[in-house]
Amino acid sequence: MTVHDVKHAASDSARLEAVGGRLSRVDGPAKITGAARYAVEQQLEGLAHAVLVDSTIAAGKVVSIETQAAKAARGVIAVLTPDTIMKLSVASDWFGNPLAPQRTFCPLARDVTYCGQHIAVVIAETFEQAVSAAALVMADYDQAPALVELGDGTAGEIISIEGMTKEWGNAQAALAEAPVHLSAVYNTQRSAHAAIEPHGLIARWEGDRLTIWEPSQWLDGMARTYAEWFGIPFENVRLVSPYIGGGFGSKALALAHSAVAAAAAKMLGRPVKLMLTRSQNFTSYGGRATTRQTIDLGADKAGRIQSIIHRGVSEVSLEGMWVEAVGSITSIMYDTPNFSSRQDVVRLNTVLPNPKRAPGENPSAFGIECAIDELAHELGLDPLEIRLINYAEQDPHAKKAWSTRQLREAFAVGAEAFGWAKRSPAPRSMRAGHQLIGWGVAAGAYPVQRAHGEAVVKIMFDGSVEVESSSIDMGQGTYTILAQTAAETLGVPVSQVSVKLGDSHFARAGVTGGSRLAGIMTGAVHKAASQALDELIGLALSDPRLPFHGLQANTLAVKDGRIGSPRGDGPELSIAELMAAVGRDRIEAKGDTLPAGTTAEERYKNYTTIAMSIPHTEGDYSRHSWCAHFVEVKVDEDFGTVRVSRVVSALDSGRLYNPKLAESQWKGGIIMGIGEALLEEGIVDRRHGRIVNSNFADYMLPTNADIPDIQTISVGIPDPHSSALGGKGVGELGIVGVAPAIANAVFHATGKRVRDLPITLEKLRDGAEARERGCE
Amino acid sequence: MRDFSYLRADSVEAARNAAALPGAMLLAGGTTLIDLAKCGVAEPATVIDISHIEGLNAIDVTADRALIGALAKMSHVADHAEVKSLFPAVSEALWQAASAQLRNMATIGGNLMQRTRCPYFRDPANFPACNKRELGSGCSAIGGVTRGHAVLGVSEACIATYPGDLAVALVAFDAEVDLGERRLKVEDFFLAPGATAEQEHDIRPGEVITAIEIPGSAAARRSTYIKVRDRQSYEFAAASAAVGLELEGDGRTVRDIRVALGGVATKPWRARAVEDALKGKALDEATIREASELAMQGAVDHGANHYKIALAPRVIARAILKLGETA
Repeated sequence: MTVHDVKHAASDSARLEAVGGRLSRVDGPAKITGAARYAVEQQLEGLAHAVLVDSTIAAGKVVSIETQAAKAARGVIAVLTPDTIMKLSVASDWFGNPLAPQRTFCPLARDVTYCGQHIAVVIAETFEQAVSAAALVMADYDQAPALVELGDGTAGEIISIEGMTKEWGNAQAALAEAPVHLSAVYNTQRSAHAAIEPHGLIARWEGDRLTIWEPSQWLDGMARTYAEWFGIPFENVRLVSPYIGGGFGSKALALAHSAVAAAAAKMLGRPVKLMLTRSQNFTSYGGRATTRQTIDLGADKAGRIQSIIHRGVSEVSLEGMWVEAVGSITSIMYDTPNFSSRQDVVRLNTVLPNPKRAPGENPSAFGIECAIDELAHELGLDPLEIRLINYAEQDPHAKKAWSTRQLREAFAVGAEAFGWAKRSPAPRSMRAGHQLIGWGVAAGAYPVQRAHGEAVVKIMFDGSVEVESSSIDMGQGTYTILAQTAAETLGVPVSQVSVKLGDSHFARAGVTGGSRLAGIMTGAVHKAASQALDELIGLALSDPRLPFHGLQANTLAVKDGRIGSPRGDGPELSIAELMAAVGRDRIEAKGDTLPAGTTAEERYKNYTTIAMSIPHTEGDYSRHSWCAHFVEVKVDEDFGTVRVSRVVSALDSGRLYNPKLAESQWKGGIIMGIGEALLEEGIVDRRHGRIVNSNFADYMLPTNADIPDIQTISVGIPDPHSSALGGKGVGELGIVGVAPAIANAVFHATGKRVRDLPITLEKLRDGAEARERGCE
Repeated sequence: MRDFSYLRADSVEAARNAAALPGAMLLAGGTTLIDLAKCGVAEPATVIDISHIEGLNAIDVTADRALIGALAKMSHVADHAEVKSLFPAVSEALWQAASAQLRNMATIGGNLMQRTRCPYFRDPANFPACNKRELGSGCSAIGGVTRGHAVLGVSEACIATYPGDLAVALVAFDAEVDLGERRLKVEDFFLAPGATAEQEHDIRPGEVITAIEIPGSAAARRSTYIKVRDRQSYEFAAASAAVGLELEGDGRTVRDIRVALGGVATKPWRARAVEDALKGKALDEATIREASELAMQGAVDHGANHYKIALAPRVIARAILKLGETA
């Protein structure tokens, strides 16, 4: 995909276009006008349409599948079942570890482990025919008992995740000795990614070459999976994903339905399109896992924390593994001499959960950031004050210096902008008419995740510049910041730069997740562009036909697309004139950030797995982004309805490559946080294991009317230990701490502490016992 | 979704004739029918498109009555100047219903035919038992996720909530629905499930809704609709109330009051006990709150919807207090 014809308003200054400038998204006009062609909008000759049939039980065996009626229906090409679909090889996991090379992988299930698991697929000439015929497929089951809810975390197969245990000091003894205690249980709900663009793909085979058009946060990783499933070389798979209509972590892996479509295309010898329905986008792949955490805090009477004991559990499916690491930031928020954190998972009849924006950190913050608020209330301290009393001057767990930690600044700047000093401390002491008003604060963090990337930069004969990378833009602004990076490095206007992303045949890139892409890719593009620039200048200086030859200069500079002496006195040529004079049609450079001597095998591993990620505590520093959210809520005293009326957030993401885009990402995270705090929940029928609100009318995402003006303030400084250009993570950070800030504000408004998300109206009714939501 | 025939009716008479065909369903705005067909609940043999019939979308409002054609769009009625001034609860109920896109498509006649949002009703593949879809098959909701289900007018056959807003206001003000040969009170047009949960409306094969008529009244002129829900917009009511109030010359004593509830009952629910308790009384907050509790007489909860029993009276009270303040 190429973003051509980028025209900027006359008011856009060169500064705007440089790294750090507030350039608007270069892909914006294409999206607004509908010119942007998403992966599954590809028009192909002979395209067949696949519709999945899903299990209606949560556990048991598929005894038989009646397919005759469907096969006889108009337009139907094939009906595939576990017996008839081709068997694939088992792909390795995302660390590249082979899972079960001797076994085969059947993407349609005979043994059902969750409700909504795919058991058959109908392929027809048209989508409507496939939908109609799929309703005729009848399955007979041998149903088994299912466990579908985490509950208190004590039922089901419990697995301890030993690698996540964190211990120092003597937490039990210190807790017993501490004069002030707090003990509480915090629950977070199952929530969906709910991207507007549903999952789906088009698969086409040409011999043993496979092309997949599919929204993807990780082209190289997904291409590896397809290659392993079908036993073909990695190079034979081409994945195309020009735009992504929301991923939030859900689109990094090729899933069972992806395998079904690719297998059907191979079996039928035709390209096949398969889109998940909106309902299947709630059942075919997992969202954020349900979690439960117990926190015991011990403190002295001045509010200094003496001990933290944390026990967390999250749900996982019967097959596969995903840990929602609820202790992930518990250990770094506050200075404590004694600490203990452990994590379990419980196997349930549910689909494998997936990472969703700030996986782990987000529910982790809900626990520790509510608990510290509760401790502040118990001690009569201001919630901001107790956070400063316990401010961690270094990483309490890794015992290393922070690379940068502007959290104190975030508290100060955020409090000032919010007007925190005017807060009336007592709960239920601020109101306007029937609305109880509450102010809450919470902090958040997200580790800096790093790896390596590569990019190709081409200076073309006409002076235009092309950037190529198999990284992707899911709305966060990759097209834009890479254009800015190339433009600034080369000294050309952004309008001359076109960025091509989302094709696995371009220069390789790792996963877009964990807020790592910007830091990696700006570094790679900067490096590639610098190499191209060096070659350009070398040509200019060395060619005797050019006016620079006699200058005796040892370098030249490019500014506004024209090359000349750095001081601007003397001859000048446009890049196009220079290229014409030296007879070159292009200068091409590939740059990567890998250390010299990296082997081909290591490179493959770097791009197709996450095994080469660099720990955030590598070397002398502990690296994180930080934030503080200040929230005002209004709670109706009769109805219990909560509305967020004000948000001020101060965030430290280091240097921002484009503040406008960073603010948008932070706000997106804050909005998602409001949804998870107050509205969103995948509600499961306990008897059937079925999510009963798998649509956008019943699964409550916040609407525009639920979102107030959100003020975000950057308090970051360039962090040289985190990335080449000084940035830290942006996209994951914004959501972390939003839910506890809201819960703390609700407590301040009402005097009622709600420790179970989402905070729906019945949990706040006065005088009535809180009944558990869901089944009676 | 199965194949169906499509017929376009250009007159009410043609629509009535076609509507008498077996398996025929009327298509107006399509916001309910298409939705239900996609989830496998509606399986029409014939779809009769009535959206092109002329003259059925008129909105004619006088002090005596509002006459609203069945094909008038929700958004047009909501924004109609005389509806807003003479029947504010009707306008407010419409504004708080659905989303802007749906209101621009959906018609008033179709709105009355809206089906429940009970998730078990809407998912035949996963929940074969539903008395509303197939009488005698059972009720999957009872014993399941019941947070949105009704507490009033329920039976052992069905606890599905009537989801709409407009009809709640219509019931409060004694509106009538014109079916051609028959005219019914809107209150009687909707049927509580009893033992016949599959029958939601008193409408017979060959009948077509052509208009609704709302009698004008002082209570309708001083009326409001309050809808409570977790989300600010685009959500069905946890509880809602349409209330109209007429006071005596002293500005305190109730001459006439109308109260109807949404989101808590199996049909748009008129709360006459509350009305009777307040007529002739001088309004004060304690009296209002006490009387509002009477709306929940006979309420039956199924666990997770228990909160509605406490919530609904508070919504009624808030509406009456709001109208009292505007004296």
